[in-house]
Amino acid sequence: MSTQPPDASAPAIRCRGLHKRFGETVAVKSLDLEVRRGECFGLLGPNGAGKTTTIEILEGLTPRDGGEVEVLGMRWEADGPRIRAHLGVQLQESEFSDRSTAEEVIRLFRSFYPRGWSVDELIGFVQLDEKRGTQVRNLSGGQRQRLSVACALAGAPDILFLDEPTTGLDPQSRRQLWDVCERFRERGGTILLTTHFMDEAQALCDRLAILDHGEIIAQGTPGELIRGLGGAYVIGFTASVPVSEAALRAIPGASRVAARDGETLLTVDELAHALPALLQAVGAAGGELTALSTHQATLEDVFLALTGRELRDE
Amino acid sequence: MSEHSPLRELVLTRIRSFVREPEALFWTFVFPILMAVGLGVAFREKPADRAAVGVQRGTAAERYLPALRASRDLKVTVLGDSAAERALRKGDVAVLLAGRDTLVYRYDPARDESRAARLLADAAVQRGAGAARPVATADDRERVPGGRYIDWVIPGLIGLNLLSTGMWGIGFGLVQMRNKKQLKRLVSTPMRKRDFLLAQLLARLAFLVLEVPPIVLFARLAFGVRIQGSWLAFSALVIVGAMTFAGLGLLCASRARTIEGISGILNVVMLPMFVLSGVFFSASRYPAAVQPLIRAIPLTALNDAFRAVYNDGLPLAATWPQLLVLLAWMAISFFAALKLFRWQ
Repeated sequence: MSTQPPDASAPAIRCRGLHKRFGETVAVKSLDLEVRRGECFGLLGPNGAGKTTTIEILEGLTPRDGGEVEVLGMRWEADGPRIRAHLGVQLQESEFSDRSTAEEVIRLFRSFYPRGWSVDELIGFVQLDEKRGTQVRNLSGGQRQRLSVACALAGAPDILFLDEPTTGLDPQSRRQLWDVCERFRERGGTILLTTHFMDEAQALCDRLAILDHGEIIAQGTPGELIRGLGGAYVIGFTASVPVSEAALRAIPGASRVAARDGETLLTVDELAHALPALLQAVGAAGGELTALSTHQATLEDVFLALTGRELRDE
Repeated sequence: MSEHSPLRELVLTRIRSFVREPEALFWTFVFPILMAVGLGVAFREKPADRAAVGVQRGTAAERYLPALRASRDLKVTVLGDSAAERALRKGDVAVLLAGRDTLVYRYDPARDESRAARLLADAAVQRGAGAARPVATADDRERVPGGRYIDWVIPGLIGLNLLSTGMWGIGFGLVQMRNKKQLKRLVSTPMRKRDFLLAQLLARLAFLVLEVPPIVLFARLAFGVRIQGSWLAFSALVIVGAMTFAGLGLLCASRARTIEGISGILNVVMLPMFVLSGVFFSASRYPAAVQPLIRAIPLTALNDAFRAVYNDGLPLAATWPQLLVLLAWMAISFFAALKLFRWQ
């Protein structure tokens, strides 16, 4: 339904050496990124990592201080209006006219695009059929967010930009929004999204870049990033006596030892071999376990391993 | 082809956000009518007040009491010495008649009211003494249409209303949209910026239809205030005035990020106009030296032009100096607003 821009072989987004500062603060530091056609790419990082600045530069809304940006093989400086017609943008915390109905808002946004889906198709796509006549001020957070995505989809875009799309939503609303994203992907769409939820990144993204202090500190598929930890499981425990790091490293399959909030975190290959060995090591040190938990390694663990901090600064 | 015109959708969005806001509607349409009622009551037609004349007890003035009391134009009070002084100072009497042998009029010549009272009292005294009238005269007390205060103040109220709804409507609306990042969201689409700005102006024109006729109709029905000139000329002035203030509103809102910021700017711009532009009293009361400045203020120009058509029945062409002032303001503010406007 959307016409391809001239250079269909160009990646959806490519940027090199992207740089942005606000006064003294460097928001984005020589950032390189390539988003392929048809993939869902995530920028994952804590609040203040530079995700929004990066995505808004790529959307052509924030001027950059340095570096190069190409969207669908075109440059903002030369082809701004042409690029716009192929993008769908959802901004963090942007609102719609309170007194317009969902349908009226969608019709407004649809009118800006020379081609795209019909208003009815858009309403159906984001499952707002029952709320089409409801004024924006009476919509729930999840419904507003789906409305926002419907507006971003109005021009049948090649690339959909989503900035923290599920922040503040309840689990069911998040799920519904993820469904919308997946259905957009099934139609061949490309998504670039920012999030500070590792489960969201894991569920939606083909590839990710982890951002911290304006820099990409790791990049790859969720699987690659987790495998990069060196283990598939994380054991968290506290013991009545200190256990030496050397003893922990001697546990079969153990690849990483870290401490957090008085708890020791041990990354291992397989729980079946590691757990008995851990009990033994604690026993050998003359103490016993006072708490024990295990989970499959996640992107949260990747971030913790890379920065020593937690992703969600709550 | 696009199935909907962006301009049409933008105008509709603007109109909806306004007409679905009951409070905004109330203040826009009911407020000017309330004001007209208030002013109409305060300055309603009543028999001309009789002039308050004081006669000081025990003075030469007492001799003329019968003649003074015979006059329909005078309200006479006889006062003791101290009471007479106080009444004169407070303005309870406009003129005090006293004097040991010769009749003396005591009054403040700076007050029109006092000068008139003095003349009326003197006429009564002279008539009572049988003075001959060297020139025969007669009075015709029929009032000229459009000459009352309420006739004069209604065009000013319409001008004032156009100023406030234009500036607040455009200014507030845009800053709210910027503040809520609605503008940023709009410029992330291929929407043409000129469509958006044009839509704000067209929506203003649509509001005029709801805004001006109620005041005109109310003034006609409640106070018999008629447009002496042509309806078309008046409508043309309404449109030019509304667009001028829309331009000023756009300029004021071109940078402000917060509601507090725009409120401050609008107050600074509008307050001088409330005071200087001849809404409630004639701007010609200000000193001659500042008159050129006052005439160059857009609301003064609009009010003057309104009154020329509304009260004096002049054609549109007669208001060309005012139109020139308004068009200049319109052009300058639109141009500057387009240069300065910040979308995010």
